[in-house]
Amino acid sequence: MEIWARVTLAPPYKLNTNIEPLNRLTAAQAGLSLGKIYMSQLQASLVELIRRTSAEIPNDVHQAILTSLENEKKGSLAANAIKIIDQNIALAKQKSQPICQDTGSILFYVDVPVGYDQIAFSEAAREAVMEATKKGFLRQNSVDSLTGKNDGTNVGPGAPAFHFHQQRSPKVSVKLVLKGGGCENVGAQYSLPNEKLHASRDLDGCRRAILDAVLQAQGKGCGPGILGVCIGGDRATGYELSKTQFLRRLEDRNANPELDALEQDILKTSNELGIGPMGFGGKTTLLGVKICAANRVPASFFVSVSYMCWAYRRQGVTLDAGANIEGWLY
Amino acid sequence: MTKLAFPFTEEKIRSLKMGDEVLISGVVFTGRDAVHKYLHEGGKLPPGVILRDGIIYHCGPVMMPQPDGSWKCTAAGPTTSIREEPYQGQIIRDYGVRGVIGKGGMGDRTLAACKENGCVYLHAVGGAAQVLAECVKRVRNVYFAAEFGAPEAIWELEIEDFPAVVTIDAHGNSLHREIFARSEAALSELL
Repeated sequence: MEIWARVTLAPPYKLNTNIEPLNRLTAAQAGLSLGKIYMSQLQASLVELIRRTSAEIPNDVHQAILTSLENEKKGSLAANAIKIIDQNIALAKQKSQPICQDTGSILFYVDVPVGYDQIAFSEAAREAVMEATKKGFLRQNSVDSLTGKNDGTNVGPGAPAFHFHQQRSPKVSVKLVLKGGGCENVGAQYSLPNEKLHASRDLDGCRRAILDAVLQAQGKGCGPGILGVCIGGDRATGYELSKTQFLRRLEDRNANPELDALEQDILKTSNELGIGPMGFGGKTTLLGVKICAANRVPASFFVSVSYMCWAYRRQGVTLDAGANIEGWLY
Repeated sequence: MTKLAFPFTEEKIRSLKMGDEVLISGVVFTGRDAVHKYLHEGGKLPPGVILRDGIIYHCGPVMMPQPDGSWKCTAAGPTTSIREEPYQGQIIRDYGVRGVIGKGGMGDRTLAACKENGCVYLHAVGGAAQVLAECVKRVRNVYFAAEFGAPEAIWELEIEDFPAVVTIDAHGNSLHREIFARSEAALSELL
C-alpha cells in the first residue's frame, strides 16, 4: 500500500509543495525526518558544491594571483611558478578535476534556522563526500590515526568537520573550505609572552608572533599564502576562529581599525621578506591577512595562526526550501 | 630550461646548478610518508621498483581506475618533502637515487647526501596537480596500494617534460637555506 505523506518542517521554514509517494513509510516516519526528496536533493546540491570548490578557484583569489604575477620580475622563478599556477587553475576548471591533489580537510560551515535537522544534514553531507570521492572530485584523504588505514571512503571520526551556526532566518547557507595538509602543517599557535621573539602581550607581540609564523613557513605552505589569525580564545577556539577568517573575501577590510591596520601591515611586511611563491624568492609571499580577536582568560594569551595555500578552495551556496542551489556565495 | 631525460646519470645530475629550471622525462616512482618509514625500518622494495639511478617523487596522486584495469592520473602535484627528511639521506645512499621531486625543500642531511652521492632536489610547483597530471603519460604500475592506500602507494609513472626547479644541487647549494637566511635578516630589520 502506498502512503502519501506531506513533509512539513518547523515554521518559518516552508517546503516546496511537490508531493511524492513515500513508499512503505509510515506517517510518523515521514513527519520526523527532513524527507526523502529533500535529502536526495540536498546530497546532489552538496556534491555540486564540493565539485566546484575542489575544481574552481574563487574569483577574488584568482584576481589576487593574477595581480601577483604582474608584480613579479618577468622570467624569474617566482613569475614562472605563478604562470604554472595560473595554467593549473584554468586546466582544473576545464576538466572539472581537483585544482590540487590534496583535497584536504573538508570543513562545512552551515547557517541554519532554528529547528533544522542538523543530524540529517550531516548524514546527507557524508553521503555527498563519499559520492564526490568516487567521482574523483576529492582524493581518498581520510586516514585512521591509530591503525594507519585508509578505507577510501573519505569519511570517519571528525571527517568531514561540521560547524553549525543557528540563526533567526529561514535561509540555509552552506560554506565549504577544502584545506590541504601541507599548509595546515605550517600553522602555529603562540603563547605570549614569548621570550625568544621578544613578544609581549600587546599588538606588537602579536605582530612578532604572526611574522615568525610567516618566516618559519617559508614556501612549505605553497605560497603565496593567506593567513587566518585569532588573537585570544583558548587553544581550541583560537585555532577554530582563526580558520573562520578564511570565510572572508580577500578584498574585504576589518571593521576594527586596529585589526585592519595590523592586517595591512603584516601583509606588506611579509611581502618585504622576499620569500616569494613556493619559497623561490620574490615579491609575493602572502595574498592576504585576516585577523579576529576573542576574549581570553587572564592567564592565557594565544595567537593562533592558520596558513592557507594559494589553492584557496572556499565556496558556498544558499539553498531554497527544496534544497536546490539558489545562489553562489563567492 | 634544461631537458633532463632518463637515464639519470651522475654526470647529468652533477651538471645541474641550484636555480636551474628543468623539464624531466622518464620513469619516476612516487613515495611519501608510509614508504619512507617502511624502507627506513628495513622493508624491502618490491621487484620492479628500481630506485638506482632513478627519481623518487613525493606525491600522493588521485588515480581513477579505468574499465580495462589501467589507471588514469587525474591529479599529481607534489607533497611537502620535509617530512621525509629523517629518512631521505639514507635512502639516497642505500639505493643510489639521483633525484627527489617534491616541494618545500629538504634539510641539511639530504643536502649532504645529495653532495656525496650525486643527487638533486627538484622542486615542483605545489598545487599544480592538473598541469603535472598532464605530464604523466602513463601509469605503468602500482605497489603497496592495499597496504598503504592509494595516496601512499608507490606509483610507477612515465612522465614527459615535467617542470621543476633545482633548489638543492649536488654541490652543497640550497636555495632554501639562502632564502631563509635572507628573509630572516630582512625580518630583523622590520621588527
